[in-house]
Amino acid sequence: MFSSFMTNAWIVGTVVALLAGATGFFVVMRGSSFAAHAIPNGAFAGAAGATLVGVTPLAGLVTFAVVAGIGIGASRGRRSDVATAMALVMMLALGAAFLSLSAAYEPQVDALLFGEILGVGTSSITPVVILSLGCALALAVMYRPLLFSAAAPDLAAARGLNPTVLEMGFMLTLAIGSALTVPVVGALLTFSLTVGPPAAARLLVRRPFQALVLSMVLAVGTLWVSVAASYQTNLPVGFFVGVLSAVVYVVARVATLLHRSRA
Amino acid sequence: MHWLVEPGLWSNAAVRTGVGVGAVVAIVSAMVGLFTVIRGQSFAGHALADVALSGGAGSNALGFSPLAGFVVGALVGAGAMEAVGVERVRQRDVATGVVLGAATGLSALFLYLITLNSSSTGSTQLILFGSLFSVSAPTFLVVLALSVLVCLALAVIGRPLLFASLSSDAAAARGVSVTRLALCYTLLMAVTVGLSAIVIGAVLSTALLIGPPAAALRLGRRMSMTLVVAATFGVAAVLVGVVVSYDSYYWWPSHRALPVSFCVVALVVAEFVVASLVRRLTTRKSSA
Repeated sequence: MFSSFMTNAWIVGTVVALLAGATGFFVVMRGSSFAAHAIPNGAFAGAAGATLVGVTPLAGLVTFAVVAGIGIGASRGRRSDVATAMALVMMLALGAAFLSLSAAYEPQVDALLFGEILGVGTSSITPVVILSLGCALALAVMYRPLLFSAAAPDLAAARGLNPTVLEMGFMLTLAIGSALTVPVVGALLTFSLTVGPPAAARLLVRRPFQALVLSMVLAVGTLWVSVAASYQTNLPVGFFVGVLSAVVYVVARVATLLHRSRA
Repeated sequence: MHWLVEPGLWSNAAVRTGVGVGAVVAIVSAMVGLFTVIRGQSFAGHALADVALSGGAGSNALGFSPLAGFVVGALVGAGAMEAVGVERVRQRDVATGVVLGAATGLSALFLYLITLNSSSTGSTQLILFGSLFSVSAPTFLVVLALSVLVCLALAVIGRPLLFASLSSDAAAARGVSVTRLALCYTLLMAVTVGLSAIVIGAVLSTALLIGPPAAALRLGRRMSMTLVVAATFGVAAVLVGVVVSYDSYYWWPSHRALPVSFCVVALVVAEFVVASLVRRLTTRKSSA
């Protein structure tokens, strides 16, 4: 399980899970799960487009994720869920058009959707680590304003925080983080890791900073168990990530219910 | 006409079935979607399509009828979303996300099992993106029957549902059972979305559910009028999309046609953008 060809999977997986746990905490606090689902899926379409044009997939991933993030961030306010849905279907449809025009090989598509963590190359470690550090830094800078405007939007606006700028900054961070995660765990499962463990952490702990740390711990735990289980059983890693993330949430939910009924 | 519609369009059986199914699904989606947009449940509407597909893939992997799989998948997904918690908007967001995450995990497993057991390719793309042109004639009848049932159910709960959607407290005070209505509506949406997802793909299903009603709501206020406009937008996007996709076969020397899902979605998004622009221009004029 810890042989040389697995080393890359462990390193990249851990970095990606830490980032997903951190971003996910803000996603859950701010109620932007739909955006967190739409952006990685849009990024997937970008990778398909990059293959068609003949540039590196990472360029397509980042471009599409950033465009989606800006589009969704700009429409923040009432009815942002409709704009998110429209952005999502448009990008996925573009992805379908790119794929049918370029006749890409299907396993490549599956890898982009569901991830291929066991096939992570050494060359992808450095960019993933650097960009993750950048995202973590951005989140650290925006930590207070993001929480403030999530908890009391009116008060935050009255204190001079521009909600559109803040939302845009958060969406861009989310977009770059997603673009990194997509080739590793896949477009569909980047999302599971971003919602399940953070939502559980938020139920279990009241104080924001402790919840953020717990969220990262739970996300890394989920990913480690998933990679180990995938290695042992030969089943896709995405299956374990998706189901375990939900299990973590359900356990936290049951635990709080029991605790509350006893109190 | 020859320059507009390439020859042989209407004599093609796949095209005729595709247009029929597309039109029926567009009308039902517009009606159900109107409430989805008003209630702010776009995320749930999209998630249920993915959940239903997970059920469809599961029954495919286990050897049951896909239709049964999608119904069970969608209904279980809808029930789970309502069970996890719907009291506050932000909580509903998380509940939808957790259910969607679990369902995609299961999809990954089922699709893996399918590729192990068969040599067929293209299943992932067909499940996600679908194609109007691959609908069979018997499926058309099932879609038609279920659509009629959904419309009847919507006619029964439509009025109280609209009341509860616009002001939940007032409706509760007047004796409307708001939570039970919400559960009924989510189940109804699950059947509609699941049905259209398995027939025309998850992407197109969400596009037809949200796009035309959102565009119609930006243009008009009266409910009956909005219903008609939304259904017209949906059907128009399907019809024009089919024609464009069919014609696009002749556009490139490589003869790679644009997928019909892409053409329809692009038209739906265009309708939404134009309607938003019209709305913005007219409100600015009236306030000036």
